[in-house]
Amino acid sequence: MIALSDVLTLGAILFSLSVLGIFINRKNIIILLMCIELMLLAVNLNFIAFSYFSGDVGGQIFVFFILTVAAAEAAIGLAILVVLFRNLNTINVTELDRLKG
Amino acid sequence: MEQILFYCFAGVLIFAATMVITVRNPVRAALFLVLAFFTSAGIWLLLEAEFLALTLVLVYVGAVMVLFLFVVMMLDINLSSLQEGFTRYLPLGILVAALITIEMLAVLGASHFGLDIVPSPVPQPDDYSNTKAIGLLLYTTYVYPFEIASVILTVAIVAAITLTLRDNKSRKSQVVSEQIKVRAEDRVRVVKMDSVKPINDQESAS
Repeated sequence: MIALSDVLTLGAILFSLSVLGIFINRKNIIILLMCIELMLLAVNLNFIAFSYFSGDVGGQIFVFFILTVAAAEAAIGLAILVVLFRNLNTINVTELDRLKG
Repeated sequence: MEQILFYCFAGVLIFAATMVITVRNPVRAALFLVLAFFTSAGIWLLLEAEFLALTLVLVYVGAVMVLFLFVVMMLDINLSSLQEGFTRYLPLGILVAALITIEMLAVLGASHFGLDIVPSPVPQPDDYSNTKAIGLLLYTTYVYPFEIASVILTVAIVAAITLTLRDNKSRKSQVVSEQIKVRAEDRVRVVKMDSVKPINDQESAS
């Protein structure tokens, strides 16, 4: 039998792995976007685990909405990335300082 | 059996997540992310969320990750400059990640959410449909959030297309210099007219 704490532990490890990914890949926007997707996945896993163990489908509805928002976020983020690359010819975060006062 | 399957999936998932954040090539990172999503879909199936597991495969693996791969392959990225600081921030990152994990496990560990405290639920009957249950809840209680989600998707489509549109003629944008340069004489034409219109002979005849 799967225990709730096992799934929550997996979610916690996945979340902190993506935090680590944001720390070590802070130059590359593409990997940063992927880490955000992983983070949302970890949160979704927790939602589904709680939904399963409390017998409430409401948690799965939330996952549905998170999936929607994450898809929209990925689409707009990648569009911004393409425009950025077209204008600056780089996606290095350290070179994106045009708004610096 | 179920538990062994879960631990296998969990191991693959953690391996895939580690590879996503450590590999140098973004294409490989995207492919490992596909593996991570697939494995999570398996875990969600074990947790009896069949509809969402299939949605995850369709929406994420089928659409979002293909989009990622398109963008990664389309952009000609100089990889060497993006790898700077990888080891520099590694100790700090590991410290923060370990702290987050320890804090979460202290709250979410087996002492609070173990099997003896939160018992495993009774399995659903054979004719139970997860999709039907979600649909019943989604179109009644959560119908307004559902509508808002569709609006969000529409806005995302419009925003993505507008951002990447190359044709400048069809896009409405401001030209600030033209706006500042304009003078009142250019815009308004003052016409001198008589206040009373002389009566035309032909009009009076008719």
